[in-house]
Amino acid sequence: MHDRVAIQTDHTRKQATPLLRILIALPVLAVAAGLAYIMLSFSPVAPGLSGQVTDQLAHSGVSNPVTAVLLNFRGYDTLLETVVLLLALLGVWALGGTELRDEVTPGPVLDSLSRLLLPMLILVAAYLLWVGAHAPGGAFQAGSVLAAAGVLLLLTGWRLHVNLAALPLRMILVAGPGAFVLMAVLTLLIEGHLLQYPAEHAGLLILILETAATFSIGFTLTGLFLGGIPRDRDIE
Amino acid sequence: MNSAFLYALVGVGLFSLGLYALIIHTHLLRKILAINVMGSGVFLVLIALAKRTGLAVPDPVPHAMVITGIVVAVSATALALVLMLKLVAATGHAELSDDQRESQ
Amino acid sequence: MTGTPWGIILIMLPLAGGMICFLWPRVSTVLGLLTSLAVAVSVAGLGWQLQEYGVYRHAIGGWGAPLGIDLYADGLSLLMLAVTALVGLGVGIYSTGYFSCEDSQRFWPIWLFLLAALNALFLAADIFNLYVTLELMGLAAVALTSLTGSKDALRGAMRYLLATLLGSLAYLFGVALLYHGFGTVDIGMLAERVESYPIAWAAFGLMGAGLMLKTALFPMHFWLPPAHASAPAPVSALLSALVVKASFYILLRLWLTIFGPLNEGIELLFGLLGMMAILWGSLQALRQTRLKLLIAYSTVAQIGYLFLAFPLAMTTGASAWHAMAYLALSHALAKAAMFLAAGNLLRFGGHDRIADLDRVVQRLPLTAGAFALAGVSIMGLPPSGGFIGKWLLLEAALAQGHWGIAAIMLVGGLLAAAYIFKVLGHTFTQADISHEPVAVPASMEWAALLLAMGAVLLGFLASPIFSLLDIGNAFSLNGVSP
Repeated sequence: MHDRVAIQTDHTRKQATPLLRILIALPVLAVAAGLAYIMLSFSPVAPGLSGQVTDQLAHSGVSNPVTAVLLNFRGYDTLLETVVLLLALLGVWALGGTELRDEVTPGPVLDSLSRLLLPMLILVAAYLLWVGAHAPGGAFQAGSVLAAAGVLLLLTGWRLHVNLAALPLRMILVAGPGAFVLMAVLTLLIEGHLLQYPAEHAGLLILILETAATFSIGFTLTGLFLGGIPRDRDIE
Repeated sequence: MNSAFLYALVGVGLFSLGLYALIIHTHLLRKILAINVMGSGVFLVLIALAKRTGLAVPDPVPHAMVITGIVVAVSATALALVLMLKLVAATGHAELSDDQRESQ
Repeated sequence: MTGTPWGIILIMLPLAGGMICFLWPRVSTVLGLLTSLAVAVSVAGLGWQLQEYGVYRHAIGGWGAPLGIDLYADGLSLLMLAVTALVGLGVGIYSTGYFSCEDSQRFWPIWLFLLAALNALFLAADIFNLYVTLELMGLAAVALTSLTGSKDALRGAMRYLLATLLGSLAYLFGVALLYHGFGTVDIGMLAERVESYPIAWAAFGLMGAGLMLKTALFPMHFWLPPAHASAPAPVSALLSALVVKASFYILLRLWLTIFGPLNEGIELLFGLLGMMAILWGSLQALRQTRLKLLIAYSTVAQIGYLFLAFPLAMTTGASAWHAMAYLALSHALAKAAMFLAAGNLLRFGGHDRIADLDRVVQRLPLTAGAFALAGVSIMGLPPSGGFIGKWLLLEAALAQGHWGIAAIMLVGGLLAAAYIFKVLGHTFTQADISHEPVAVPASMEWAALLLAMGAVLLGFLASPIFSLLDIGNAFSLNGVSP
């Protein structure tokens, strides 16, 4: 039984009258106009923090400035954000999850396409993870591609084996935020500041964090797509 | 630097459209979509104005902020969608009726 | 180096605890309680550290603002952290009796992440970092609200989620404007750089609107009563006591450091909305027939009192802020106690209709006592924290000739007395319908009573708490930058 939510046009419930629409549209238009004016009042050249990033890039352990900001200069935000993702899954599971979709055997197109695409998606994810150090890429991008692979896998009807659905799955889900917290505490003890990587190992440590995060992100997003709580014991 | 301001204005437009849709529509799925459109608007403003560095490379800090923002938005949307599905399963329709009167 | 990094422990410990509870659900309750205890001890440690060495600032990653993120703790942060730890302990003890084993395993990881988010929020010195902590807190709060899965809880949670997301997006837009306008997201540096440009006004408009929505200031309070009333009792306590105070704290911080010095007259708007919140909230509370809705509307009213400090502080300065902080602390303890007491009544009688409260005083004396003591603080009767807060605010209002504000405060106090005594009156009498009482565990009763006693105890601790508040000079007239 699937929960079908059709987007009906609001004919059945009370539809917003034209008067109400105008009453709401006018203040919103005013806000929009004000913000548009603000946009145009920004100075045409403003370097922001890019100068400081460029100066310190050599000490960050990576050569891609966005990765440096995300994993080094502002790594604490990234730590919290991996927790946000895990929390969303916790919230979904606390609600009891949605109905688990039935496992179906895929049709021929999905079957052959998934066999072709899945290995490629996994390879692309690994590549994106590795290349993030010196070109656009990194944990989130790789994690998203991994999640796409996961979604494709779920669509073919595959489900995680019941033995792996309890602790092992949870360990992978926690790997990202857990690695971050562990790294944060260790660097605090060794270097004196939270998330201060020792200079010569910064690149390696960032790669370790990103790998853990990639797995977590991929599995968490796939779990969010599945909606239901994976069965962790046989129903008999 | 004109393209930066053009995209920033588009961002403002998206934010405002989303805001209007959020208030007007009663169907929950539309409200959730409206929130996402608003989010895209804010991210667009962040990215567009980052182009004003005067160098070839844009300012990376807003880019990192937007990556964080996208992850947060995805998480929130996922939770919102499952909440909506649970609401539909419990009440039969995907709208927030005026429950103040019901519970009195 | 000033010794143990208590601030960092406050954030990392609940994060780790939440993750371990997720991995091994069986240990949730024990680990959760231990973590709450450890957090309380760490706050004490931080308090000692602040008294010895002054404000605490930690540059994460060693980079320092504006490139990196800083953590910052002064007297105001300390007191918010302290009340969070205390209410958290109380709610934790309460939840051991309230939740079933299964619900408990779902409650603890999410609550520990919420605790981490609150601690991270009170220690933040960076407006984008505050956005991430706000979202973490909001999602955790929504997840906890919907924990029971009842129709009302789902609706309340959905409305809450949409409102909190709207607030966060408005706040983030403001962050974008401030960063692109002034080149940094560190609060201290922004305080130095922000001048009275349209960009700054627009940013404050957006951030202010977003945060007012999250704090449920009238007229943007519509989401609070359904959410707080339909959530499980311990969650309602957390929401009313802590979560709405967190967004208020951010608004206060931004005002004290960045936007207040701009002197644009916005404080009058805050004062006006505060007054309307007091009247509307109190009147609505009086009209309610269900206890949890009454308590939720009382929260709407009490939040109004907090905003009265903004116009009053323009001339009296620190004393109005002190009063407001005291009100916030007392309300957190008292309101948490009230919701926990309401939970006891719900468990006992199976309903929370005020008119049908059946001889509670005889049969649940601890709970009735908790509700009464909490009510004393909410009404502002001596001796209690609420009394000190309201007395100082009233003094400030009268000293400056703000007769309107003083009048509204007195009316609010009378209305509060009316709705509190309405409930207390019914607890003494026998209801028309009697029913089989369900036993209420001692942990639930004592948790409510201890929190309520805390609110009253605040009435005797004014002097030490005011001196703690002044560490870091958050409230000095020119808003010294953190």
